[in-house]
Amino acid sequence: MNSNLPTSKRLPVRLSDAEIEEVGRDLDTIQHEIKASLGERDRHYLLRIIALQRRLALASRLVIFASLAFLPRWGHVASGWLPFFVVIGLGTIGLGIAKILENMEIGHNVMHGQWDWMHDPEINSTTWEWDTVCPSDQWKHSHNVIHHTWTNVIGRDRDIGYEIMRVTPEQRWHPVYLLQPIFNVLLALLFEWGVAFHDLDIHGMRGRGKLLPEDRRVLLGIGKKVGRQVMKDYVLWPLFAGPLFFWVLGANAVANLIRNVWAYMIIFCGHFPAGVHVFTEAQIEGETRGRWYVRQLLGSCNIEGGKLFHLMSGNLSHQIEHHLFPDMPSHRYPEAAPRVRALCARYGIPYNSGSLTRQFGTTTGKILRLAFPTRNHAVTTVVG
Amino acid sequence: MTLLQRMADVVGLMATPLRPSHYTELVYPLWSSHRLQARVEGVWDETRDARTLTLRPGRGFRVHRAGQHVRVGVTLDGRRMTRTYSISSSPDRDDGCFTITVKTCEGARVSRFLARDVRPGAFLSVELPQGDFCLPDSTPVRPLFITAGSGITPVMSMLRTLALRDRMPDSVHIHYAPRARDVIFGGELERIAAEHPRYRLRCVYTRDGVSRSASYFTAQQLEELCPDWRERDVWACGPQDLLDALGAHFERAGRPERLHVERFTARVAPLSANAIGGTVHFRRSGLETRADGKKVLLRVAEDAGIGAPHGCRMGVCHTCDATMLAGCVRDIRSGREINEPGTRIQLCVCAAAGDVEIEL
Repeated sequence: MNSNLPTSKRLPVRLSDAEIEEVGRDLDTIQHEIKASLGERDRHYLLRIIALQRRLALASRLVIFASLAFLPRWGHVASGWLPFFVVIGLGTIGLGIAKILENMEIGHNVMHGQWDWMHDPEINSTTWEWDTVCPSDQWKHSHNVIHHTWTNVIGRDRDIGYEIMRVTPEQRWHPVYLLQPIFNVLLALLFEWGVAFHDLDIHGMRGRGKLLPEDRRVLLGIGKKVGRQVMKDYVLWPLFAGPLFFWVLGANAVANLIRNVWAYMIIFCGHFPAGVHVFTEAQIEGETRGRWYVRQLLGSCNIEGGKLFHLMSGNLSHQIEHHLFPDMPSHRYPEAAPRVRALCARYGIPYNSGSLTRQFGTTTGKILRLAFPTRNHAVTTVVG
Repeated sequence: MTLLQRMADVVGLMATPLRPSHYTELVYPLWSSHRLQARVEGVWDETRDARTLTLRPGRGFRVHRAGQHVRVGVTLDGRRMTRTYSISSSPDRDDGCFTITVKTCEGARVSRFLARDVRPGAFLSVELPQGDFCLPDSTPVRPLFITAGSGITPVMSMLRTLALRDRMPDSVHIHYAPRARDVIFGGELERIAAEHPRYRLRCVYTRDGVSRSASYFTAQQLEELCPDWRERDVWACGPQDLLDALGAHFERAGRPERLHVERFTARVAPLSANAIGGTVHFRRSGLETRADGKKVLLRVAEDAGIGAPHGCRMGVCHTCDATMLAGCVRDIRSGREINEPGTRIQLCVCAAAGDVEIEL
């Protein structure tokens, strides 16, 4: 027990301050050892994924066009609704997968600086732009700076319920949360749009009743990015289909939807499943590196699955390792995970890992339950 | 902007946030327009330790002027490293290729890689040719070339061009090499000298064991090899010591404006485990300050009055990343030292390990 601290600053672990710092040093060692071994094979991995993603995206778009040849209106042997929907479905799913890979295993991780060690001017956190309506510079602020520094600190981390939902009993209830089961579905479907407006200080804007130059800058950035993305998926590519415009537009929209729902699911499993901890600002006052590490451990959850699942989640299924080592190349998290897990076991720190069903199930259950008022808990409960 | 360009821009939006070129390069690397690459067409050993690489650049490359250099990027151990090499071929070469000639030396990883490990068929990243170490196009000159070792490369491009165009001026060339066998392009230089009497080659062998008097540059030696040096414009390329000696000599002679030099100072600072701090130069701000080996550069910048962008202050968010132009820093988390110029470093977790120059 870190007993020399006032109750409000205690973390829910049975560790002394010295032990917490020891945990920090052990985690530093894991991080440095893995980072020191980065080299050609890691670069080869990323270049392969990028080439695969680009080929898949282009091929899928071509398959969507090819499907138009199977429309029943052409009246040839192979035409008909069934072959048409099979082919356009394949193309759409392929494009959805390409977008998932681009956003999660490539974009998210490159923008975290995970690949900056390669000094490749093409693949750098400062210049990378991703295939969503959210401008990368704004995302890097709301995500890398706000979320990763203030993870799960109520009042600081805007990822807690994305400012529209109550995902922990520590958030004060308000009648508007009665609608959150609906918000939840809408957020899943429109996830990239939610992410796009995430860096905008909407509460502040409402309070002031006018736009500050800063808000204008943010809105302009979003506008430009949205314009380009909409032009691509909903105007230019469909235009190539001429009178069959709406089929291509529809396929592209569904591909974006597939990516939205998948990204939403993975990301909600990162910090909201049952057993995760949230913190108060008082608890993190004068936080040391060791305590920061422990907060990341307690505030993140892993999802268990196979290799393909980890790839498709951008290795955010290793959310715990990602939060401990945000700029370590993601494909190395599976190597760090058993070491982190064993370390947690040695020090008696909970390591929240479960199947997708468990993690997503408890997250959704919480969102439904917390739509209604709850008795306020103490902010954190001491384990054991 | 022409209508065609505007249409190309609109079509280019189909690839946003990438460019169409990111897809064409999947088919063939030289078909990209967003970055320049070159294919290694052939390799040839000029001497025991110097190799010429024939490179075919992709779209968007421009023909160099004789004497210019090009930055070449290679990937070693997953990390991109970029070095500058003079182009040794003539711009009049008509097969769309150019050559660089690379000499290996102790500790030079990139040169060693280029001179030993690169195979034909490999792709290297290149930048556009740069530099003003060139002969004037219009005014006639009487050049004196002074070169040593691989410093011959930019001058070779000039000589090849002058020979090809049959416009060899009255020129003298003093070249330093350890032994006759070590002269890069030795055979070709002799042939040019034989075919163009106005070109006079004076090789100085510093280690052939016969002519003990032959040594590195001295005023007396210059007087002997080229008595009319005062009437000539000098183009010199070689090791730092030679260029320093030449600079001092021409300064004393009161004709520094006649001396044109090409220097490839290795800007890579030495790694040293006990370097503690140094002078920090923030280039964009034009500020210079002292820093110890403990204070992170973000604090150093702030204390110097520079409002640097920053986020987490603990090496997590990469908001404060800045380019290190030269020098050496230490990542205080791991103790790892970084001395590769052009590296983007995290200011909030790096401290000076020796003098350092930062783009901030």
